[in-house]
Amino acid sequence: MASFTLNINNRNYTIEADPRMPLLWAIRDLVGLTGTKFGCGIAQCGACTIHLNGNPVRSCSLPVSAAANQKITTIEGLSEDNSHPVQQAWIQEQVPQCGYCQSGQIMAAAALISRIPNPTDKDIDAAMQGLICRCGTYTRIRKAIKTAASLSTTKASNQ
Amino acid sequence: MNNTLTLSRRSFLKVTSLAGGGLMLGFHATAAGDLLTDAAELFEPNAYVKISAEGVITILAPNPELGQGVRTTLPMIVAEELDVDWNTIAIEQTPLNTKLYERQVAGGSGAVRSSWDSFRKGGAAARQMLLEAAAKKWNVNVSECRTDKGFVLHPGSGKKASYGELASTAATLEIPKEIKLKDPADYKIIGTRQRSVDNKGIITGKAKYGFDIKREGMLYAMLARPTFGKKLKSFDDKAARAVIGVKNVVQHGSSIAVLATSTWAAKKGRDALKIEWEDEAPLESTSDYTHAFAKMIQQRSDAPKRNDGDVDQAFAGAAKILETTFEAPFLPHAPMEPMCYFADVRDDAADLFGPSQTPARTRSDVARAIGLAEDKITVGMSHQGGGFGRRLQADYSVEAAMVSKLAKAPVLVLWTREDDMQGGFYRPAGLYKYRAAISANKELIGWHMNAAATNTGNAARENSFPAGAVPNFRVDSHNHQSKITVGAWRAPNHNFIAYTEESFIDEIAHELGKDPVAFRLELLERARKNPTGSVGYDVDKYIGVVKLAAEMGNWGKQGVNGIYKGFGAHYSFGTYVAQVADVSVIGNKIKVHKIYAAVDCGRVINPLGAEKQLEGGIIDGLGHALYGELTFDKGVVNQKNFNSYKMIRIQDTPDIEVRFIQSDAHPQGLGEPGLPPTGAAVANAIFAATGKRLKKQPFDLRVDIG
Repeated sequence: MASFTLNINNRNYTIEADPRMPLLWAIRDLVGLTGTKFGCGIAQCGACTIHLNGNPVRSCSLPVSAAANQKITTIEGLSEDNSHPVQQAWIQEQVPQCGYCQSGQIMAAAALISRIPNPTDKDIDAAMQGLICRCGTYTRIRKAIKTAASLSTTKASNQ
Repeated sequence: MNNTLTLSRRSFLKVTSLAGGGLMLGFHATAAGDLLTDAAELFEPNAYVKISAEGVITILAPNPELGQGVRTTLPMIVAEELDVDWNTIAIEQTPLNTKLYERQVAGGSGAVRSSWDSFRKGGAAARQMLLEAAAKKWNVNVSECRTDKGFVLHPGSGKKASYGELASTAATLEIPKEIKLKDPADYKIIGTRQRSVDNKGIITGKAKYGFDIKREGMLYAMLARPTFGKKLKSFDDKAARAVIGVKNVVQHGSSIAVLATSTWAAKKGRDALKIEWEDEAPLESTSDYTHAFAKMIQQRSDAPKRNDGDVDQAFAGAAKILETTFEAPFLPHAPMEPMCYFADVRDDAADLFGPSQTPARTRSDVARAIGLAEDKITVGMSHQGGGFGRRLQADYSVEAAMVSKLAKAPVLVLWTREDDMQGGFYRPAGLYKYRAAISANKELIGWHMNAAATNTGNAARENSFPAGAVPNFRVDSHNHQSKITVGAWRAPNHNFIAYTEESFIDEIAHELGKDPVAFRLELLERARKNPTGSVGYDVDKYIGVVKLAAEMGNWGKQGVNGIYKGFGAHYSFGTYVAQVADVSVIGNKIKVHKIYAAVDCGRVINPLGAEKQLEGGIIDGLGHALYGELTFDKGVVNQKNFNSYKMIRIQDTPDIEVRFIQSDAHPQGLGEPGLPPTGAAVANAIFAATGKRLKKQPFDLRVDIG
């Protein structure tokens, strides 16, 4: 066991954990933020996707020791008022069914549009193919990413 | 249309005064008469409608929600009859209450089709009482009053009162003997596109699933379980107990649970157990059951599931006989949230919470296992990360309850993906042989299906089309008993049989030199005009979706820009679905560009939710046809996680276009019927593109079986 400081959603949390504990379980069980989900434990489904220094990362396969003192963003910290363009687009296109994989899908999509403001279908395939949705919401995910891209472009041009 | 329903003696309607002077109304249409004694109870916390004196209108959602949208759809029905503004009401998930609700089940695509009347009556009865309360208060005739979006109006005097203002008076009134339902022509909510009430919670990460449950003093538990055919011989938990955070180890049957203060510690502890297993039955591998199926389908069963005319005579006199065999693998449900359940079992009571498609079965199975009466057990429902039939089982909830009882602690039992893949209750593996007899004048005169599957009383769907359209028609079914457990998997039997039937029909059509859609329509006309035996489907509705899908999918044009079309149709859970698939094949690579679906499910409550169920069903049908396969080596699954068990992903997903036939008929199922036709439509398109018939799922063009 060791002590770690995790900076999650701009707040510091000090936890005692086995250094090999995956970041996912530290966030969920020790910090108590349960929006980030467990799906496979081996970085194959993307349900646990968070941002580490702005990049999409599978938190199930990253030891907590490797994430200490870095900037972690979870679904709870994506926006304060559901106003992130991806969240808005997810509502507009009514993406979720069971919803379990959607935290990861939204975090992956948010990282994509921050990197590529107007992603093509190929960009979307490349960024999202690591995530599984068992309910089959993929057609709406694709549409919502395009909607989010146009929402964020509009937002940027209004500023 | 008669919109008046008379309450039968067995019906049960109850009104409860809320604290602070409100109205709560519950309705139970099928309960036994003894429930009437409950009517005098106050403060019963379950019903369909709750109106507080402050004017808060809450519609209660009793059914388990796992993505199929019932937490939105069912309250829409109540809100319609209650006549309230959909955007101002609150929706609340209820716990299990078998006294108030008739069917708290997510299965059989049955929520709307079985509870349509109850939910309408729940809303309508409350509205009627609010009208009467207003009439009484204003001393006017009730027939002079009307409702509008949460208010009662008396146009004659211009008086107006909100439901909240009338709630306490309404609560003192007699329950109406006759409930008048709305004329569907006046619907303002039913039939409109409404967003899911759960989405805000989902997109913010606030929605609480089974894995997210946290209770005071709760421990996380993971279990080591035997694989199929094994049982526990002995175990050593010394290393497990030494893991920091591990608090307890308990044995439940052949399984061993490690309880800890975090998921990670529970997993580390579980993985540190030293266990010796022993065989209790022969250990089955995939080649064992596939050989068993192959032997079985050479025989006829003693009792055919259906036997019209004389197939022997038909085949003896046939000018041509076609024969085809289709092979189905086991499939895990693989919901994104693996199995999990919370239980707090004490000496005199127990609280259960978590994802379940059938909380009533959960309660009765747990009651039996832990030796407590059902009325001492509460069952709450969390959000659920999918189910697809897996959560119709109570194995995982009974296990959680037993671990809690043995450890004397509240526990959340969590399964890893590997636990879930090995956990059983799969879609059965099977083998399905079809033979068709063609007469000299090119008529289909005989059809014989011979099916074998694992642990399945009936591997067939004997009344499915083209039954009724073929004069000599026989279906045999065989059961291969196995230690590998099976269960309902989205559209049970239909999920594979539709692919086999509709592929074979396509093959027969090509043999006869007929267009596959025209051939289906010809058979359907035969089922109408000259049926053989019973016809288990509505011919007009069937024809309606076949024609609409053909029109949507520009049927008839093959090979334009390298795109080939395939057709598939199926009737299940009250709903007719026909699909056209646009597919191209380059080398061995199958690319599905678009699926067109025509649907007749009776009245559509929420077109937006309905579309999503069809989209999901189609992607599910496509994904498993392309990739789904679970195989065994001596009782152990070979595909242990998503690195080896392949699932459909975004880059393989086609465009989807769905249209619903306009209908005023009783609403039917939607969670499952979208899935069955897809595999056939895609396989038939692949045949059109390549001349190869795919006889096995998952599809593999490298295997030359053409």
